[in-house]
Amino acid sequence: MKFGIVVFPGSNCDEDAFHAARDVFGQDAEYLWHKDADLKGADVVILPGGFAHGDYLRTGAMARFSPVMAPVRAFAERGGPVLGICNGFQVLLESGLLPGAMLRNKGLKYRCEHVHLRVEQTDTPFTAAATVGQVLTIPIGHGEGNYFAPPETLKEIEANRQVILRYVDPLGRIDQASNPNGSVNGIAALCNQGRNVVGMMPHPERACEALVGGVDGRVIFDSIVRAFRSAESLALQP
Amino acid sequence: MRARVFVTLKPSVFDPQGRTIVEALQSLGYGNVADVRQGKYFELDLATTERGQAERLAADVADKVLANPVIESYRIEVD
Repeated sequence: MKFGIVVFPGSNCDEDAFHAARDVFGQDAEYLWHKDADLKGADVVILPGGFAHGDYLRTGAMARFSPVMAPVRAFAERGGPVLGICNGFQVLLESGLLPGAMLRNKGLKYRCEHVHLRVEQTDTPFTAAATVGQVLTIPIGHGEGNYFAPPETLKEIEANRQVILRYVDPLGRIDQASNPNGSVNGIAALCNQGRNVVGMMPHPERACEALVGGVDGRVIFDSIVRAFRSAESLALQP
Repeated sequence: MRARVFVTLKPSVFDPQGRTIVEALQSLGYGNVADVRQGKYFELDLATTERGQAERLAADVADKVLANPVIESYRIEVD
């Protein structure tokens, strides 16, 4: 399958995502410059971490107007899988492809550390290879990851099972001390109603090789590769 | 004309920066400062001399770009 990795001016996790897709998982991968008008045949689109357009005004606010976001939006609306990681999650929120918004971290500090995440839902293309309740250890690195949604939106998100990962303690329990940024309901990852667009603050592409401190991020990439393989084998059937 | 746009977090949204500032002020002895909300301020130079048009233009850019309606509200002054 082919990964399309969007590069905004200021993206800085694009090469890590490219490395994970191509070198760790052996898939095709191509960069999509933010001014590109098409997705070059990508089967999955990743909006990587970084500081798109310097994060001026608000995180992700300017990236939403980049030309490449028009085909990304059309792809998402057709059901194509889109993964926003960290700044990519912020871009998805500003674009309205996911509900809610990000605030400054509750403690105002940039947090760069490994966190524990509980898998809440596995019926998305990015968590299908995980099991519900599984605890993953994946790094974060952000100053604005304090997820917020108004009460009525939050109610809808929870009712539709759109929360994919929550910050938890090592045993999978939700507590304030294990929530690094103050996100409401401990939300670390979220999908849209169609379940094909996923945003997550933790960086799975930084946790794909033991050499760099852990492999728990692999399940996110494994999920999408497997989802594509099974879709392909279904399509091949007469 | 010139428009001034004041963007602030909605009252229902926690403002960690404002909280830190008010705590700093209170520790400096400004006990009468009960709360602080931090926001953003924009000055727009508009190529129009018509007040209504200036107000509509400023509101349009505030809605679309300057403020995120999920967490922020804004106020406009035109002169």
